[in-house]
Amino acid sequence: MIGRALILLFALASPLGAQENLAQESGAQETGAARSGEQIVADMSRDDVDITTSFDGSDIIIYGAIKREMPIPETDPLDVIVTVEGPPRPVTVRHKERRFGIWVNTGKVGVAAAPNFYVVATSRPLGRILDSAEDSRYRISVPLAMRAFSGASEVEDVVPYTAALVRLREAQDLYRLDDGAVRLAEQTLFRADIRLPANLMEGLYATRIFLLRDGKVLDTFRAPIEVRKVGLERWLYRLALDQPFLYGLMSLALAVFAGWAASAAFRRFQSR
Amino acid sequence: MQIYLPIAEVVVNAFTLVGLGGVVGLMSGLFGVGGGFLITPLLFFIGIPPPIAVATGANQVVASSFSGVLAHVKRKSVDFRMGWVLLAGGLVGSSAGVLAFNMLSRLGQVDLVVQLCYVVFLGLIGAMMLQESLGALRRAKKSGPIKPMRRNQHGWVHRWPMKVKFRASGLYISAIPVLMVGAAVGVLGAIMGVGGGFIMVPAMIYLLGMPTKVVIGTSLFQITFLSAYTTLMHAVSSNTVDVMLAVLLILGGVIGAQIGTTLGAKLRAEQLRILLALLVLAVCGRLALDLFLRPEDLYSLTPGIIG
Repeated sequence: MIGRALILLFALASPLGAQENLAQESGAQETGAARSGEQIVADMSRDDVDITTSFDGSDIIIYGAIKREMPIPETDPLDVIVTVEGPPRPVTVRHKERRFGIWVNTGKVGVAAAPNFYVVATSRPLGRILDSAEDSRYRISVPLAMRAFSGASEVEDVVPYTAALVRLREAQDLYRLDDGAVRLAEQTLFRADIRLPANLMEGLYATRIFLLRDGKVLDTFRAPIEVRKVGLERWLYRLALDQPFLYGLMSLALAVFAGWAASAAFRRFQSR
Repeated sequence: MQIYLPIAEVVVNAFTLVGLGGVVGLMSGLFGVGGGFLITPLLFFIGIPPPIAVATGANQVVASSFSGVLAHVKRKSVDFRMGWVLLAGGLVGSSAGVLAFNMLSRLGQVDLVVQLCYVVFLGLIGAMMLQESLGALRRAKKSGPIKPMRRNQHGWVHRWPMKVKFRASGLYISAIPVLMVGAAVGVLGAIMGVGGGFIMVPAMIYLLGMPTKVVIGTSLFQITFLSAYTTLMHAVSSNTVDVMLAVLLILGGVIGAQIGTTLGAKLRAEQLRILLALLVLAVCGRLALDLFLRPEDLYSLTPGIIG
């Protein structure tokens, strides 16, 4: 136990000072009002992720400590939940049924905002440390990550559709609940290792840390992670959006050149 | 080697893409089809979002068919005049097809229409070609030397006005049926999201009576321009062309197309037609299975809000 705490301390040692400056300068990292004299102090191993051509995922360490001006309360033990949420995107869930012997899409539900990535890491099984009222207030558990159905629903019951969305995304490892993935030492130091997958979209990813006791949220902490394309990826992406005609012509020119080059190369190869 | 695609926003294996491009390019050089009907489903299968697969597939088709055309030009097996007339019809048809596609997507069920189109047309064309070319092969074996295919020398297409001499094809027929074939293929191609080579090739052989050797080069010539038009439309209207993906597919595609063209010159016309018929039937069978078998998951996700 002490050994583990030491490792955590080591991880903490350098960036703690920097964290305070960052919070003052940018105001991007905010700490929710503590209700009980226990507060989160946290930082991340990195707050931006660059997508290069050879990008194959990224690991982020989110770590911190609990600041308190009183002895550790002797009630329920302390728990920590860490979530990382990708930018919301619209998605349509469709359902197939058999009609006239063939499988046809019959019903559909449009979800206006579902994050393309959502991971929940906890210090103990989620069901035991978070009560459902707090869950719906802070939208922590995976099914609550999506919101805002678009327009009037044409199906009677949307539940199977949203359940399917979660199930399909979980199968792709885009939505994940990692029970026990947050390591908590001496009710004071915590650390979560979050793996961001290779199929990452550009945008602001929101990190949230919740401090809990007895099923209630005591304190929250938020910080953004910026995921963006760099270098060639960035240049192509911008060109495709800003100068689509030029980009189209460039794609065609490449295709025609490659077609000509292969033909010329083969002719030389055959005439030898 | 994993690579991140800037527009598709997914990670794929670069060698898989080069390999896929190579297989499709081989078909393209061998049969004169653009390969759109193969590349698009294959890209879906490896996880590329459908709109990007369709648009980028068109870009790849430009490269492999252009490479094929150059090889055919050298062998003088392209009927340019025929190609231009078909293209004129094709551009009109494909614009009409895009309108029809938008109308269908407003009604919903556009996927089903596309899928049914694929199964019906691939099935019909594949079966017809297989039957005809097997018959031709059997006749050729019996009588020794290969007899030229029976062409509708005095069929309905020959009685219409606006007669044009298509020297490379050895035809003197009206331009109207040629334009009609081009337009019909353009409409279907736009609805199904393909260049339409697999419809164009049999139409040229059986409806216009062109000799198989000229058909392939001419079809490729026409497809090069038609898919260039489609690529540009997709790039401008929906930003769905992923150039990184295209480059990898093209790399395999142009090499495949050259090998296919060389191989094609060594095969007999009947054999080529049998192979194309079998390929078309195989794709048709695969798509039909999707319609009739219970899907693994009854629910599916599509990015964006649909209609």
